[in-house]
Amino acid sequence: MSEYIELFLVFARIGAFTFGGGYAMLPMLQKEVVEKKKWATDEEILDYYAVGQCTPGVIFVNTATFIGYSRKGILGGIIATLGVVFPSIVIISLIATLISNFSEIEMVQHALHGIRLAVCVLIFNATFKLFKTGVKDLFGILLFIFSLLATYLSLLPTIVIVVVSAALGIAFQLYNTRKEV
Amino acid sequence: MDISLLLTLMVEFFKTGLFALGGGLATIPFLFEMSSKYHWFTTEMLMNMIAVSESTPGPMGVNMATYVGIHTTDSVIGGIITTLSLVAPSIIVCVIVAQFLKKFKESEMVQNAFYGLRPAVCAMIASAGLGIFVTTLFGEEITMNINWVNVILLILLYFFAKKFNKLHPIVLVCICAVLGIIFQL
Repeated sequence: MSEYIELFLVFARIGAFTFGGGYAMLPMLQKEVVEKKKWATDEEILDYYAVGQCTPGVIFVNTATFIGYSRKGILGGIIATLGVVFPSIVIISLIATLISNFSEIEMVQHALHGIRLAVCVLIFNATFKLFKTGVKDLFGILLFIFSLLATYLSLLPTIVIVVVSAALGIAFQLYNTRKEV
Repeated sequence: MDISLLLTLMVEFFKTGLFALGGGLATIPFLFEMSSKYHWFTTEMLMNMIAVSESTPGPMGVNMATYVGIHTTDSVIGGIITTLSLVAPSIIVCVIVAQFLKKFKESEMVQNAFYGLRPAVCAMIASAGLGIFVTTLFGEEITMNINWVNVILLILLYFFAKKFNKLHPIVLVCICAVLGIIFQL
């Protein structure tokens, strides 16, 4: 199968089952892109996420573009993104034309409550796995705690945290090399 | 179909895609602005579209763009056009950034920046997880009443996922949707 079709299908599959925003796609990305297709490592996923935070638009779309681009260049990036949006277009078209009070249907509410439990466990496991990849020393642990507090309590905008942590990473490594010399 | 309406939608959603930093929720203020500027939809309709976008799979920003496009043009083509306009800036910017990163990936500076970024991104993901966790335990409005049913279900689910760790996340999502309907969660 051509890799373009594969890119489209993998991202359409992830898009069709991601509930609750960009972060909820992580467990699927790990399963499909890292474990099954081996298109990226856990570390690369973290890096794409980091860059996806500071580039405009939907994080899921940005991450898809990065992975698609890394496999098949510009066309790969476009096709991965089209894969992400395809299920949305189909599902929303159906709902918009057929069911006007979709989110009020009791069965939908019950299903969504069930799904939220799944997403909870999935994100917990995904975070645990990524923590082992991304946080390697005391510097990382401190930065993790600082960013967690800043994000969870909405103390700083995401973009500020991204810029500050990148700057701290550069500064800390610079300090390390200086010390060795 | 009204061509000038389509063009306006394209421009508005391209602008939204370009300036909405930080995911789906960031697109909401842009939609409110559109509603007051063009009267394409009422605030009530917009609230309904947000609710639907939150309860359907896929990125919320994309879902809302599709919905607004269909609603304003009364055709699926409108939805496709607004969605593509929303993601076009992402593709353009990300491709440029990706080319830049490819060139400088080995550079020490970029490596060191990522060394700092990785723990921060882990924390952002953890924070999102924590948000969902707290909502699951305490409900939408934070009260002190812990939802014990959810606590027990979460613990069971955690060990279930641990035992069957080869299980695809999609399967887990489907199982939980069915359980939610059966047990009226």
